[in-house]
Amino acid sequence: MSAEFTPSPILQVENVNAYFSGFHAVKNISLAVPEHQVTALIGPSGCGKSTFIRSLNRLHEETEGATLTGEVRLAGKNIYTPGVDPVEIRRQIGMVFQKANPFPGMSIYENVAVGLTLQGGFSKVEIENRVEKALRSSALWDEVKDKLKKPGTSLSGGQSQRLCIARALAVEPKVILMDEPTSALDPISTARIEELIFELKKQTTVVIVTHNMQQAARVSDFTAFFLMGELIEMGITKTIFTNPKERQTEHYITGRFG
Amino acid sequence: MKSNFRKTKDLSLKVLYIMGVLIAIAPLVSVLWTVVREGYGALTPTFFTNTPAPVGEVGGGIAHAIIGSFVVVGLASIVAIPWGIILGIARSEFPKTITDNILGFAIDLFMSIPTLLIGLFAYGLIVMRMRTFSAWSGAFALMLIMVPLITKTTEEMLKQVPLTVREAGLALGLPRWKVILRIILPGSIGAVSSGVLLALARISGETAPLLFTAFGMRTFSQSLSEPIATLPVQIYTYSISPYDEWRSQSWGAALVLVMLALVVNGVTRALIGSRTRGKK
Repeated sequence: MSAEFTPSPILQVENVNAYFSGFHAVKNISLAVPEHQVTALIGPSGCGKSTFIRSLNRLHEETEGATLTGEVRLAGKNIYTPGVDPVEIRRQIGMVFQKANPFPGMSIYENVAVGLTLQGGFSKVEIENRVEKALRSSALWDEVKDKLKKPGTSLSGGQSQRLCIARALAVEPKVILMDEPTSALDPISTARIEELIFELKKQTTVVIVTHNMQQAARVSDFTAFFLMGELIEMGITKTIFTNPKERQTEHYITGRFG
Repeated sequence: MKSNFRKTKDLSLKVLYIMGVLIAIAPLVSVLWTVVREGYGALTPTFFTNTPAPVGEVGGGIAHAIIGSFVVVGLASIVAIPWGIILGIARSEFPKTITDNILGFAIDLFMSIPTLLIGLFAYGLIVMRMRTFSAWSGAFALMLIMVPLITKTTEEMLKQVPLTVREAGLALGLPRWKVILRIILPGSIGAVSSGVLLALARISGETAPLLFTAFGMRTFSQSLSEPIATLPVQIYTYSISPYDEWRSQSWGAALVLVMLALVVNGVTRALIGSRTRGKK
Protein backbone atom coordinates (compact mmCIF):
# COMPACT_ATOMS: atom_id res chain seq x y z
CA MET A 1 0.00 0.00 0.00
CA SER A 2 2.92 2.28 0.64
CA ALA A 3 3.65 2.80 -3.03
CA GLU A 4 0.07 3.81 -3.77
CA PHE A 5 -1.57 7.21 -3.48
CA THR A 6 -3.16 7.58 -0.04
CA PRO A 7 -5.23 10.61 0.95
CA SER A 8 -4.95 11.68 4.58
CA PRO A 9 -6.68 9.17 6.85
CA ILE A 10 -9.66 10.19 9.00
CA LEU A 11 -9.58 6.92 10.94
CA GLN A 12 -6.44 5.10 11.94
CA VAL A 13 -6.86 1.66 13.41
CA GLU A 14 -4.01 0.11 15.31
CA ASN A 15 -3.74 -3.44 16.64
CA VAL A 16 -7.45 -3.81 17.29
CA ASN A 17 -8.52 -7.13 18.79
CA ALA A 18 -12.20 -7.75 19.48
CA TYR A 19 -13.66 -10.59 21.54
CA PHE A 20 -17.08 -12.05 22.40
CA SER A 21 -16.90 -13.75 25.82
CA GLY A 22 -13.51 -15.21 24.98
CA PHE A 23 -14.06 -15.77 21.24
CA HIS A 24 -11.41 -13.88 19.30
CA ALA A 25 -13.45 -12.36 16.45
CA VAL A 26 -11.10 -9.65 15.18
CA LYS A 27 -7.37 -10.31 15.24
CA ASN A 28 -4.81 -7.56 15.55
CA ILE A 29 -6.05 -5.33 12.78
CA SER A 30 -4.32 -2.14 11.69
CA LEU A 31 -5.48 -0.03 8.78
CA ALA A 32 -6.20 3.53 7.74
CA VAL A 33 -9.49 4.86 6.38
CA PRO A 34 -8.87 7.75 3.96
CA GLU A 35 -11.02 10.86 4.28
CA HIS A 36 -13.73 11.55 1.66
CA GLN A 37 -13.32 8.11 0.15
CA VAL A 38 -15.37 4.95 0.24
CA THR A 39 -13.66 2.02 1.91
CA ALA A 40 -15.20 -1.42 1.45
CA LEU A 41 -14.67 -4.32 3.82
CA ILE A 42 -15.15 -7.66 2.08
CA GLY A 43 -14.76 -11.27 3.13
CA PRO A 44 -16.79 -14.43 3.72
CA SER A 45 -19.45 -14.68 6.46
CA GLY A 46 -18.01 -14.81 9.94
CA CYS A 47 -14.72 -13.20 8.95
CA GLY A 48 -15.14 -10.47 11.56
CA LYS A 49 -15.87 -7.56 9.24
CA SER A 50 -19.15 -6.66 10.97
CA THR A 51 -17.54 -6.88 14.39
CA PHE A 52 -14.70 -4.74 13.12
CA ILE A 53 -16.97 -2.01 11.76
CA ARG A 54 -18.89 -1.98 15.04
CA SER A 55 -15.66 -1.36 16.90
CA LEU A 56 -15.13 1.83 14.90
CA ASN A 57 -18.02 3.65 16.62
CA ARG A 58 -17.77 1.81 19.95
CA LEU A 59 -20.96 -0.13 19.30
CA HIS A 60 -19.16 -3.46 19.75
CA GLU A 61 -18.99 -2.91 23.52
CA GLU A 62 -22.80 -2.68 23.76
CA THR A 63 -23.05 -6.43 23.15
CA GLU A 64 -22.93 -8.52 26.31
CA GLY A 65 -19.53 -10.06 26.96
CA ALA A 66 -17.81 -8.02 24.23
CA THR A 67 -14.33 -6.66 24.86
CA LEU A 68 -11.69 -4.93 22.77
CA THR A 69 -8.02 -3.91 22.84
CA GLY A 70 -6.08 -1.57 20.59
CA GLU A 71 -6.53 1.97 19.31
CA VAL A 72 -8.89 3.64 16.86
CA ARG A 73 -7.90 7.24 16.18
CA LEU A 74 -10.49 9.62 14.79
CA ALA A 75 -8.70 12.64 13.33
CA GLY A 76 -5.70 11.73 15.47
CA LYS A 77 -7.53 11.16 18.78
CA ASN A 78 -7.93 7.66 20.20
CA ILE A 79 -11.64 6.99 20.74
CA TYR A 80 -10.79 4.26 23.27
CA THR A 81 -8.86 6.52 25.64
CA PRO A 82 -10.41 6.06 29.09
CA GLY A 83 -12.78 8.91 29.83
CA VAL A 84 -13.83 9.42 26.23
CA ASP A 85 -17.64 9.34 26.05
CA PRO A 86 -18.83 6.79 23.47
CA VAL A 87 -21.95 8.95 22.98
CA GLU A 88 -19.72 11.80 21.77
CA ILE A 89 -17.86 9.44 19.42
CA ARG A 90 -21.06 8.08 17.89
CA ARG A 91 -22.19 11.60 17.00
CA GLN A 92 -19.11 11.87 14.82
CA ILE A 93 -19.24 8.33 13.43
CA GLY A 94 -22.74 7.42 12.26
CA MET A 95 -24.03 4.02 11.28
CA VAL A 96 -26.50 2.40 8.90
CA PHE A 97 -27.54 -1.18 9.56
CA GLN A 98 -28.23 -4.25 7.48
CA LYS A 99 -31.96 -4.07 7.99
CA ALA A 100 -33.65 -0.71 7.69
CA ASN A 101 -34.80 0.21 11.18
CA PRO A 102 -36.89 3.39 11.19
CA PHE A 103 -38.07 4.29 14.68
CA PRO A 104 -41.63 3.03 15.26
CA GLY A 105 -44.24 5.64 16.15
CA MET A 106 -42.26 8.48 14.57
CA SER A 107 -43.08 10.32 11.36
CA ILE A 108 -40.66 10.50 8.46
CA TYR A 109 -39.65 13.98 9.58
CA GLU A 110 -39.21 12.97 13.22
CA ASN A 111 -37.12 9.98 12.20
CA VAL A 112 -34.59 12.21 10.48
CA ALA A 113 -34.75 14.95 13.10
CA VAL A 114 -34.50 12.71 16.15
CA GLY A 115 -30.70 12.72 16.43
CA LEU A 116 -30.80 16.51 16.68
CA THR A 117 -33.97 16.98 18.75
CA LEU A 118 -32.85 14.48 21.39
CA GLN A 119 -29.33 15.84 21.45
CA GLY A 120 -30.76 19.29 22.10
CA GLY A 121 -29.38 22.75 21.43
CA PHE A 122 -30.62 23.12 17.86
CA SER A 123 -33.20 25.72 16.82
CA LYS A 124 -36.32 24.64 14.98
CA VAL A 125 -35.20 26.30 11.77
CA GLU A 126 -31.79 24.69 12.03
CA ILE A 127 -33.38 21.26 12.46
CA GLU A 128 -35.73 21.84 9.51
CA ASN A 129 -32.82 22.83 7.31
CA ARG A 130 -30.73 19.87 8.35
CA VAL A 131 -33.62 17.42 7.83
CA GLU A 132 -34.21 18.72 4.31
CA LYS A 133 -30.50 18.63 3.53
CA ALA A 134 -30.18 15.08 4.86
CA LEU A 135 -33.22 13.91 2.89
CA ARG A 136 -31.86 15.54 -0.27
CA SER A 137 -28.45 13.94 0.29
CA SER A 138 -30.07 10.55 0.66
CA ALA A 139 -32.09 11.13 -2.54
CA LEU A 140 -35.36 10.76 -0.68
CA TRP A 141 -36.57 14.36 -0.55
CA ASP A 142 -38.63 14.33 -3.75
CA GLU A 143 -40.39 11.12 -2.73
CA VAL A 144 -41.33 12.19 0.80
CA LYS A 145 -41.51 16.00 0.85
CA ASP A 146 -45.31 15.93 0.67
CA LYS A 147 -45.76 13.29 3.34
CA LEU A 148 -43.24 14.16 6.01
CA LYS A 149 -45.87 13.57 8.70
CA LYS A 150 -46.59 10.00 7.59
CA PRO A 151 -45.11 7.24 9.77
CA GLY A 152 -41.51 6.34 8.97
CA THR A 153 -42.54 2.70 8.92
CA SER A 154 -44.88 3.33 5.98
CA LEU A 155 -42.04 3.54 3.45
CA SER A 156 -40.88 0.71 1.18
CA GLY A 157 -37.73 -1.29 1.98
CA GLY A 158 -35.40 0.77 -0.19
CA GLN A 159 -36.95 4.05 0.94
CA SER A 160 -36.68 3.01 4.61
CA GLN A 161 -33.00 2.31 4.18
CA ARG A 162 -32.49 5.73 2.58
CA LEU A 163 -34.48 7.20 5.48
CA CYS A 164 -32.01 5.54 7.86
CA ILE A 165 -29.13 7.00 5.87
CA ALA A 166 -30.78 10.44 6.12
CA ARG A 167 -31.23 9.94 9.87
CA ALA A 168 -27.52 9.24 10.24
CA LEU A 169 -26.56 12.16 7.94
CA ALA A 170 -28.65 14.72 9.82
CA VAL A 171 -26.21 14.56 12.74
CA GLU A 172 -23.46 15.43 10.22
CA PRO A 173 -20.98 12.73 11.16
CA LYS A 174 -17.40 12.79 9.95
CA VAL A 175 -17.61 9.13 9.04
CA ILE A 176 -20.59 6.97 8.20
CA LEU A 177 -20.41 3.20 8.69
CA MET A 178 -22.65 0.92 6.65
CA ASP A 179 -23.06 -2.71 7.64
CA GLU A 180 -24.31 -4.52 4.52
CA PRO A 181 -26.84 -1.75 3.82
CA THR A 182 -28.31 -3.32 0.69
CA SER A 183 -28.31 -7.02 1.51
CA ALA A 184 -32.07 -7.01 2.16
CA LEU A 185 -32.95 -4.91 -0.90
CA ASP A 186 -33.91 -5.59 -4.50
CA PRO A 187 -31.46 -4.70 -7.31
CA ILE A 188 -33.12 -1.39 -8.20
CA SER A 189 -33.12 -0.12 -4.61
CA THR A 190 -29.56 -1.39 -4.28
CA ALA A 191 -28.47 0.58 -7.33
CA ARG A 192 -30.01 3.77 -5.91
CA ILE A 193 -28.16 3.35 -2.64
CA GLU A 194 -24.91 2.65 -4.44
CA GLU A 195 -25.30 5.91 -6.40
CA LEU A 196 -26.01 7.61 -3.11
CA ILE A 197 -22.84 6.23 -1.49
CA PHE A 198 -20.85 7.59 -4.41
CA GLU A 199 -22.33 11.07 -3.83
CA LEU A 200 -21.93 10.91 -0.06
CA LYS A 201 -18.16 10.92 -0.08
CA LYS A 202 -18.22 14.60 -1.02
CA GLN A 203 -19.56 15.44 2.42
CA THR A 204 -18.38 12.56 4.56
CA THR A 205 -16.32 9.39 4.60
CA VAL A 206 -17.94 6.02 4.06
CA VAL A 207 -16.92 2.60 5.37
CA ILE A 208 -19.10 -0.16 3.97
CA VAL A 209 -19.24 -3.84 4.81
CA THR A 210 -20.49 -5.89 1.90
CA HIS A 211 -20.95 -9.50 0.93
CA ASN A 212 -21.27 -8.49 -2.64
CA MET A 213 -17.93 -8.16 -4.39
CA GLN A 214 -19.40 -6.44 -7.43
CA GLN A 215 -20.78 -3.85 -5.04
CA ALA A 216 -17.37 -3.30 -3.49
CA ALA A 217 -15.88 -2.94 -6.96
CA ARG A 218 -18.61 -0.48 -8.00
CA VAL A 219 -18.77 1.86 -5.03
CA SER A 220 -15.44 1.82 -3.23
CA ASP A 221 -12.11 3.53 -3.68
CA PHE A 222 -10.31 1.24 -1.24
CA THR A 223 -10.98 -2.36 -0.34
CA ALA A 224 -9.92 -4.38 2.67
CA PHE A 225 -10.17 -8.16 2.53
CA PHE A 226 -10.88 -9.96 5.80
CA LEU A 227 -10.54 -13.68 6.45
CA MET A 228 -11.03 -15.54 9.75
CA GLY A 229 -10.79 -12.32 11.75
CA GLU A 230 -7.60 -11.18 10.09
CA LEU A 231 -6.93 -8.43 7.57
CA ILE A 232 -5.35 -10.17 4.62
CA GLU A 233 -4.87 -7.21 2.35
CA MET A 234 -5.97 -3.63 1.83
CA GLY A 235 -5.43 -1.36 -1.13
CA ILE A 236 -6.95 0.63 -3.97
CA THR A 237 -10.05 -1.23 -5.07
CA LYS A 238 -8.98 -1.56 -8.69
CA THR A 239 -5.68 -3.11 -7.64
CA ILE A 240 -7.31 -5.51 -5.19
CA PHE A 241 -9.71 -6.75 -7.84
CA THR A 242 -7.27 -6.93 -10.75
CA ASN A 243 -3.91 -7.59 -9.21
CA PRO A 244 -4.09 -8.65 -5.55
CA LYS A 245 -0.85 -9.35 -3.74
CA GLU A 246 -2.11 -12.24 -1.65
CA ARG A 247 -3.19 -15.57 -3.03
CA GLN A 248 -6.07 -15.82 -0.55
CA THR A 249 -7.48 -12.53 -1.85
CA GLU A 250 -7.22 -13.76 -5.41
CA HIS A 251 -8.96 -17.02 -4.51
CA TYR A 252 -11.82 -15.20 -2.81
CA ILE A 253 -12.26 -12.69 -5.59
CA THR A 254 -12.23 -15.34 -8.30
CA GLY A 255 -14.84 -17.27 -6.35
CA ARG A 256 -12.80 -20.27 -5.31
CA PHE A 257 -14.21 -20.04 -1.77
CA GLY A 258 -16.60 -17.94 0.28
CA MET B 1 -61.74 -39.35 -6.24
CA LYS B 2 -58.70 -38.00 -4.44
CA SER B 3 -59.82 -34.40 -4.79
CA ASN B 4 -63.20 -35.42 -3.39
CA PHE B 5 -61.50 -36.76 -0.29
CA ARG B 6 -59.57 -33.50 0.09
CA LYS B 7 -62.76 -31.49 -0.20
CA THR B 8 -64.51 -33.60 2.43
CA LYS B 9 -61.54 -33.26 4.73
CA ASP B 10 -61.48 -29.52 4.20
CA LEU B 11 -65.18 -29.20 4.90
CA SER B 12 -65.15 -31.35 8.03
CA LEU B 13 -62.22 -29.36 9.45
CA LYS B 14 -64.09 -26.15 8.71
CA VAL B 15 -67.12 -27.47 10.58
CA LEU B 16 -64.90 -28.49 13.49
CA TYR B 17 -63.32 -25.06 13.50
CA ILE B 18 -66.65 -23.25 13.56
CA MET B 19 -67.91 -25.53 16.32
CA GLY B 20 -64.78 -24.79 18.32
CA VAL B 21 -65.36 -21.07 17.99
CA LEU B 22 -69.02 -21.44 18.99
CA ILE B 23 -68.14 -23.52 22.06
CA ALA B 24 -65.59 -20.91 23.08
CA ILE B 25 -67.90 -17.91 22.79
CA ALA B 26 -71.11 -19.57 24.01
CA PRO B 27 -70.36 -19.09 27.73
CA LEU B 28 -69.36 -15.47 27.11
CA VAL B 29 -72.54 -14.70 25.22
CA SER B 30 -74.57 -16.51 27.85
CA VAL B 31 -73.00 -14.52 30.70
CA LEU B 32 -73.47 -11.23 28.86
CA TRP B 33 -77.04 -12.07 27.96
CA THR B 34 -77.95 -13.03 31.52
CA VAL B 35 -76.41 -9.87 32.94
CA VAL B 36 -78.21 -7.70 30.40
CA ARG B 37 -81.55 -9.49 30.84
CA GLU B 38 -81.47 -9.40 34.64
CA GLY B 39 -79.77 -6.05 35.07
CA TYR B 40 -81.51 -3.96 32.46
CA GLY B 41 -84.59 -3.37 34.59
CA ALA B 42 -82.58 -1.86 37.43
CA LEU B 43 -80.99 0.80 35.25
CA THR B 44 -83.13 3.84 36.07
CA PRO B 45 -81.66 7.35 36.18
CA THR B 46 -81.80 7.36 39.98
CA PHE B 47 -79.83 4.12 40.01
CA PHE B 48 -76.79 6.16 38.90
CA THR B 49 -77.40 9.21 41.09
CA ASN B 50 -78.74 7.95 44.41
CA THR B 51 -77.32 6.03 47.34
CA PRO B 52 -79.19 2.97 48.64
CA ALA B 53 -82.71 3.53 49.97
CA PRO B 54 -84.05 1.55 52.93
CA VAL B 55 -85.37 -1.84 51.94
CA GLY B 56 -88.92 -1.53 50.71
CA GLU B 57 -88.56 2.01 49.47
CA VAL B 58 -88.04 2.65 45.77
CA GLY B 59 -85.37 4.80 44.14
CA GLY B 60 -82.19 3.51 45.74
CA GLY B 61 -79.02 3.63 43.64
CA ILE B 62 -75.36 2.72 43.55
CA ALA B 63 -73.82 6.14 42.92
CA HIS B 64 -71.63 5.69 45.98
CA ALA B 65 -70.25 2.39 44.67
CA ILE B 66 -69.53 3.75 41.19
CA ILE B 67 -67.67 6.74 42.67
CA GLY B 68 -65.99 4.46 45.22
CA SER B 69 -64.72 2.12 42.52
CA PHE B 70 -63.27 5.04 40.59
CA VAL B 71 -61.62 6.37 43.76
CA VAL B 72 -60.05 3.06 44.82
CA VAL B 73 -59.00 2.01 41.30
CA GLY B 74 -57.76 5.54 40.60
CA LEU B 75 -55.67 5.63 43.78
CA ALA B 76 -54.19 2.23 42.96
CA SER B 77 -53.39 3.33 39.39
CA ILE B 78 -51.62 6.52 40.37
CA VAL B 79 -48.89 4.42 41.95
CA ALA B 80 -49.18 1.17 40.00
CA ILE B 81 -49.01 2.57 36.45
CA PRO B 82 -45.70 4.46 36.72
CA TRP B 83 -44.21 1.82 39.02
CA GLY B 84 -45.23 -1.06 36.78
CA ILE B 85 -43.90 0.67 33.66
CA ILE B 86 -40.60 1.50 35.33
CA LEU B 87 -40.15 -2.11 36.47
CA GLY B 88 -41.11 -3.30 32.97
CA ILE B 89 -38.46 -1.04 31.44
CA ALA B 90 -35.91 -2.29 33.96
CA ARG B 91 -36.72 -5.90 33.14
CA SER B 92 -36.55 -5.47 29.38
CA GLU B 93 -33.55 -3.13 29.16
CA PHE B 94 -31.33 -4.49 31.92
CA PRO B 95 -31.95 -8.23 31.85
CA LYS B 96 -29.85 -11.01 33.36
CA THR B 97 -28.63 -8.97 36.32
CA ILE B 98 -29.08 -10.23 39.88
CA THR B 99 -31.73 -7.60 40.62
CA ASP B 100 -33.53 -8.62 37.44
CA ASN B 101 -33.59 -12.28 38.51
CA ILE B 102 -34.98 -11.39 41.92
CA LEU B 103 -37.51 -9.02 40.35
CA GLY B 104 -38.60 -11.64 37.82
CA PHE B 105 -39.09 -14.21 40.57
CA ALA B 106 -41.04 -11.75 42.74
CA ILE B 107 -43.31 -10.77 39.86
CA ASP B 108 -44.11 -14.35 38.86
CA LEU B 109 -44.77 -15.17 42.49
CA PHE B 110 -47.06 -12.17 42.97
CA MET B 111 -49.02 -13.02 39.84
CA SER B 112 -49.70 -16.53 41.07
CA ILE B 113 -50.79 -15.56 44.59
CA PRO B 114 -54.60 -15.65 45.00
CA THR B 115 -55.80 -12.08 45.22
CA LEU B 116 -57.59 -12.99 48.44
CA LEU B 117 -54.19 -13.40 50.10
CA ILE B 118 -53.07 -10.03 48.82
CA GLY B 119 -56.18 -8.61 50.48
CA LEU B 120 -55.26 -10.37 53.73
CA PHE B 121 -51.77 -8.93 53.47
CA ALA B 122 -53.20 -5.41 53.08
CA TYR B 123 -55.52 -6.14 56.00
CA GLY B 124 -52.61 -7.09 58.24
CA LEU B 125 -50.41 -4.24 57.11
CA ILE B 126 -52.85 -1.34 56.94
CA VAL B 127 -56.31 -2.16 58.30
CA MET B 128 -54.99 -3.62 61.56
CA ARG B 129 -52.76 -0.60 62.12
CA MET B 130 -55.29 2.07 61.16
CA ARG B 131 -57.91 0.15 63.11
CA THR B 132 -60.41 0.82 60.35
CA PHE B 133 -61.27 -0.37 56.85
CA SER B 134 -60.34 2.30 54.34
CA ALA B 135 -60.04 3.36 50.72
CA TRP B 136 -56.28 3.44 51.28
CA SER B 137 -56.05 -0.24 52.18
CA GLY B 138 -58.28 -1.25 49.25
CA ALA B 139 -56.19 0.80 46.85
CA PHE B 140 -53.02 -0.71 48.31
CA ALA B 141 -54.28 -4.26 47.69
CA LEU B 142 -55.34 -3.45 44.13
CA MET B 143 -52.02 -1.76 43.47
CA LEU B 144 -50.17 -4.92 44.48
CA ILE B 145 -52.25 -6.89 41.97
CA MET B 146 -51.80 -4.29 39.26
CA VAL B 147 -48.04 -3.70 39.36
CA PRO B 148 -46.94 -7.19 38.24
CA LEU B 149 -49.56 -7.21 35.47
CA ILE B 150 -48.29 -3.92 34.07
CA THR B 151 -44.65 -4.89 34.54
CA LYS B 152 -45.18 -8.11 32.64
CA THR B 153 -46.97 -6.56 29.65
CA THR B 154 -44.59 -3.58 29.47
CA GLU B 155 -41.62 -5.94 29.53
CA GLU B 156 -43.10 -8.15 26.80
CA MET B 157 -44.00 -5.19 24.59
CA LEU B 158 -40.60 -3.52 24.91
CA LYS B 159 -38.84 -6.80 24.19
CA GLN B 160 -40.62 -6.90 20.85
CA VAL B 161 -38.76 -3.78 19.75
CA PRO B 162 -35.89 -5.16 17.64
CA LEU B 163 -32.33 -4.88 18.93
CA THR B 164 -31.30 -2.95 15.83
CA VAL B 165 -33.72 -0.13 16.73
CA ARG B 166 -31.90 0.28 20.05
CA GLU B 167 -28.55 0.13 18.30
CA ALA B 168 -29.67 2.70 15.74
CA GLY B 169 -30.55 5.03 18.62
CA LEU B 170 -27.15 4.53 20.24
CA ALA B 171 -25.42 4.96 16.88
CA LEU B 172 -26.97 8.45 16.57
CA GLY B 173 -24.91 9.49 19.56
CA LEU B 174 -27.73 9.39 22.09
CA PRO B 175 -27.27 8.21 25.68
CA ARG B 176 -28.96 4.91 26.54
CA TRP B 177 -31.59 6.47 28.82
CA LYS B 178 -32.72 8.80 26.04
CA VAL B 179 -32.91 5.90 23.61
CA ILE B 180 -35.13 4.00 26.07
CA LEU B 181 -37.36 6.86 27.21
CA ARG B 182 -37.63 8.86 23.99
CA ILE B 183 -37.41 6.21 21.24
CA ILE B 184 -38.21 2.71 22.52
CA LEU B 185 -41.00 3.61 24.97
CA PRO B 186 -42.86 6.09 22.68
CA GLY B 187 -42.54 3.55 19.87
CA SER B 188 -44.51 0.99 21.84
CA ILE B 189 -46.75 3.36 23.77
CA GLY B 190 -49.89 1.90 22.17
CA ALA B 191 -49.00 -1.60 23.31
CA VAL B 192 -47.92 -0.46 26.76
CA SER B 193 -51.16 1.52 27.25
CA SER B 194 -53.24 -1.45 26.23
CA GLY B 195 -51.45 -3.48 28.90
CA VAL B 196 -52.28 -0.78 31.43
CA LEU B 197 -55.94 -0.71 30.38
CA LEU B 198 -56.26 -4.48 30.62
CA ALA B 199 -54.79 -4.34 34.11
CA LEU B 200 -57.31 -1.60 34.97
CA ALA B 201 -60.19 -3.73 33.72
CA ARG B 202 -58.88 -6.67 35.66
CA ILE B 203 -58.61 -4.90 39.05
CA SER B 204 -61.93 -3.11 38.57
CA GLY B 205 -63.63 -6.47 38.97
CA GLU B 206 -61.59 -7.70 41.94
CA THR B 207 -63.86 -8.48 44.89
CA ALA B 208 -62.04 -10.71 47.34
CA PRO B 209 -59.19 -8.34 48.31
CA LEU B 210 -61.67 -5.49 48.81
CA LEU B 211 -63.92 -7.43 51.20
CA PHE B 212 -61.66 -6.83 54.15
CA THR B 213 -59.87 -3.68 53.03
CA ALA B 214 -62.28 -1.20 51.43
CA PHE B 215 -65.10 -3.20 53.05
CA GLY B 216 -68.12 -1.27 51.83
CA MET B 217 -70.33 1.62 52.83
CA ARG B 218 -74.01 2.46 52.62
CA THR B 219 -73.34 5.95 51.40
CA PHE B 220 -70.61 8.26 50.08
CA SER B 221 -67.39 8.13 52.09
CA GLN B 222 -66.18 11.40 53.52
CA SER B 223 -62.51 10.49 53.72
CA LEU B 224 -60.03 8.04 52.25
CA SER B 225 -59.46 6.71 55.77
CA GLU B 226 -63.06 5.51 55.94
CA PRO B 227 -64.50 2.32 54.55
CA ILE B 228 -65.66 2.86 50.97
CA ALA B 229 -68.17 1.17 48.69
CA THR B 230 -67.01 -0.36 45.41
CA LEU B 231 -68.97 -1.97 42.58
CA PRO B 232 -67.70 -5.55 43.04
CA VAL B 233 -68.31 -5.57 46.79
CA GLN B 234 -71.70 -3.93 46.28
CA ILE B 235 -72.63 -6.66 43.80
CA TYR B 236 -71.47 -9.29 46.25
CA THR B 237 -73.37 -7.86 49.23
CA TYR B 238 -76.58 -7.32 47.30
CA SER B 239 -76.48 -10.67 45.54
CA ILE B 240 -76.40 -12.65 48.80
CA SER B 241 -79.07 -10.51 50.43
CA PRO B 242 -82.59 -11.89 51.01
CA TYR B 243 -84.31 -8.92 49.32
CA ASP B 244 -85.51 -9.23 45.71
CA GLU B 245 -84.97 -5.52 45.15
CA TRP B 246 -81.32 -5.68 46.22
CA ARG B 247 -80.72 -8.78 44.13
CA SER B 248 -82.13 -7.02 41.08
CA GLN B 249 -79.92 -4.01 41.83
CA SER B 250 -77.00 -6.38 42.12
CA TRP B 251 -77.62 -7.42 38.52
CA GLY B 252 -77.85 -3.76 37.59
CA ALA B 253 -74.50 -3.05 39.21
CA ALA B 254 -73.01 -6.07 37.44
CA LEU B 255 -74.25 -4.69 34.13
CA VAL B 256 -72.61 -1.33 34.89
CA LEU B 257 -69.33 -3.09 35.68
CA VAL B 258 -69.49 -5.15 32.49
CA MET B 259 -70.21 -2.06 30.44
CA LEU B 260 -67.23 -0.27 31.98
CA ALA B 261 -65.05 -3.28 31.17
CA LEU B 262 -66.34 -3.28 27.58
CA VAL B 263 -65.52 0.41 27.21
CA VAL B 264 -61.99 -0.17 28.49
CA ASN B 265 -61.67 -3.14 26.16
CA GLY B 266 -62.89 -1.11 23.19
CA VAL B 267 -60.36 1.62 23.88
CA THR B 268 -57.64 -1.03 24.17
CA ARG B 269 -58.54 -2.55 20.83
CA ALA B 270 -58.58 0.87 19.19
CA LEU B 271 -55.10 1.52 20.59
CA ILE B 272 -53.73 -1.83 19.44
CA GLY B 273 -55.38 -1.25 16.07
CA SER B 274 -53.77 2.14 15.56
CA ARG B 275 -50.43 0.63 16.55
CA THR B 276 -50.60 -2.24 14.07
CA ARG B 277 -51.77 0.12 11.34
CA GLY B 278 -48.67 2.19 12.01
CA LYS B 279 -46.64 -0.93 11.29
CA LYS B 280 -48.79 -1.48 8.15
